Amino acid sequence: MTDLIRLTAAELAAKIQAKDVSAVEVAQAHLDRIGAVDSAVHAFLHVDTERALQAAKAVDEDVAAGRPAASPLAGVPLALKDVLTMQGAPTTCGSKMLEGWNPPYDATVTLKLLQAGIVILGKTNMDEFAMGSSTENSAYGTTHNPWDLDRIPGGSGGGSAAALAAFEAPLAIGTDTGGSIRQPGSVTGTVGVKPTYGTVSRYGLVAFSSSLDQAGPCARTVLDAALLHEVIGGHDPLDSTSIDAPLPPVVAAAREGANGDLSGVRVGVVTQFAGDGYQPGVLASFEAAVAQLKELGAEIVEVSCPSFDLALPAYYLIAPSECSSNLARFDAMRYGLRVGDDATRSAEEVMSLTREAGFGPEVKRRIMLGTYALSSGYYDAYYGSAQKVRTLISRDFDAAFGTVDVLISPTTPTTAFRIGERANDPMAMYKADLCTIPSNLAGNAALSVPSGLSDDDGLPVGLQIMSPALQDHRGYRVAAAYEAARNAAQGGSLINRVPELEVAH
Amino acid sequence: MPSISRDEVAHLARLARLAVTEEELDLFAGQLDQIVQAVAKVGDVADQDIPPTSHAVPLTNVFRADLVRPGLTQQQALAAAPAAEDGRFRVPRILGEEA
Repeated sequence: MTDLIRLTAAELAAKIQAKDVSAVEVAQAHLDRIGAVDSAVHAFLHVDTERALQAAKAVDEDVAAGRPAASPLAGVPLALKDVLTMQGAPTTCGSKMLEGWNPPYDATVTLKLLQAGIVILGKTNMDEFAMGSSTENSAYGTTHNPWDLDRIPGGSGGGSAAALAAFEAPLAIGTDTGGSIRQPGSVTGTVGVKPTYGTVSRYGLVAFSSSLDQAGPCARTVLDAALLHEVIGGHDPLDSTSIDAPLPPVVAAAREGANGDLSGVRVGVVTQFAGDGYQPGVLASFEAAVAQLKELGAEIVEVSCPSFDLALPAYYLIAPSECSSNLARFDAMRYGLRVGDDATRSAEEVMSLTREAGFGPEVKRRIMLGTYALSSGYYDAYYGSAQKVRTLISRDFDAAFGTVDVLISPTTPTTAFRIGERANDPMAMYKADLCTIPSNLAGNAALSVPSGLSDDDGLPVGLQIMSPALQDHRGYRVAAAYEAARNAAQGGSLINRVPELEVAH
Repeated sequence: MPSISRDEVAHLARLARLAVTEEELDLFAGQLDQIVQAVAKVGDVADQDIPPTSHAVPLTNVFRADLVRPGLTQQQALAAAPAAEDGRFRVPRILGEEA
């Protein structure tokens, strides 16, 4: 049954409905795989075998009774990033601060997954409170990239991406504040999607930077991502920033795109995303992708977005500012860790000691940076200016989307770097999100689809496709067409070239 | 000349309720200074007449009907508390007097 782990989510769902295989067998195959390889990959923080098998059994009972499937993904296993709450399972956000915390409610995304009959295998590792680009900032240890276990799987959703690339789950959920779905997708050879901000509920998503955070699908194919996108998306009255508009038809777009015709589609190449700091193999893969899109009939246009040069600095002021506010809730009073409460210390002292003990260095650094940027005397120069940059970036996108349907770039400037390589150099680490950040600041949709392996190190490279807000389907159409053509040209899906992992017995 | 001194980091840590160690003060002073210098170029637009964007989606007040609906029970709310007593959160003293 080990072949089950290599099937796509769409294939698995079809087999389950056709009674070719049971959902329990599918879940068990993935649980076995987790047992065999996760000691090396460390994608999961928590695996709930019993609950996963119960959920799968319920799907099998529906199939046996002839009841209609709860969704097109009923019975398919999924790995959930540990930043989303799930009743009855611990949520840690990769932090000691929340070690052992069992949330008393489900996130809306979690609830939708459960209602769709999707089998949640467990919670995946992540950079603490979603701050990082490598999953080295987890308090529970680093996740390893299945392509090369000495390298990072991206971050902050490295656990979710690694679970896909290690064939531990066919689907995963990530969250993307500055690229935390797309960058891990790129460096693990998987598909990662940041939907339009406000189209997937943030209720139950532990907040890092509220104006940027967005949950989204992670998968091994564009169609699988689209199917998951439609399960989790939609308006939620429990989230005051949720957009009350119909979801873009992403599944239809993915199916249409797979036919491979991009005639009439205008694709803009962002000229700012090239040059110094970009790995030659990444640029070569990107150029090959551009040529491929042209062959499919797309019209390629160079587009300049000059304000994108200011996106990284603006992000690293806005996100820490919002984080310094959001993480004030970890005050040792109502939930989470409490340190130093010996009846002699004040609440303020206990709070300071707890936050010192509970937060890791990256979180502390960002809290202090945000405190600085928001402080009197610096506000206008830093935070206020960053918010102006945000306007300029939105204007650049508006101008670009006035002439092209989608914009493209490499997803990341480099392939997966070695674990520890950038650990003591925050600015070098932050540059991993150079290309992904503008879409978070503007709130529009963007995805990463594998574009091949870099010539210089043989590691995966991602192609980023950005779409206007609420036009997510445009990106899916282009990505699916590109994916089909690339698979045909490269002799099959890139993900099947992941080296065999040593299996624990 | 660094723009963020060790003393400033200590002040920021106090404001943020972080009891950082001496070693961390040295580490963060260097790193925060490096980051602040790298992000300072956003100041290029400070004097320009550009409306700031605080949020990708225009925000409006969201109202719901003023109806009682199920929430967490007292037991659920207290279940994850570091300390509880008599059905309430037990917190360290918040005023300055002796405990």
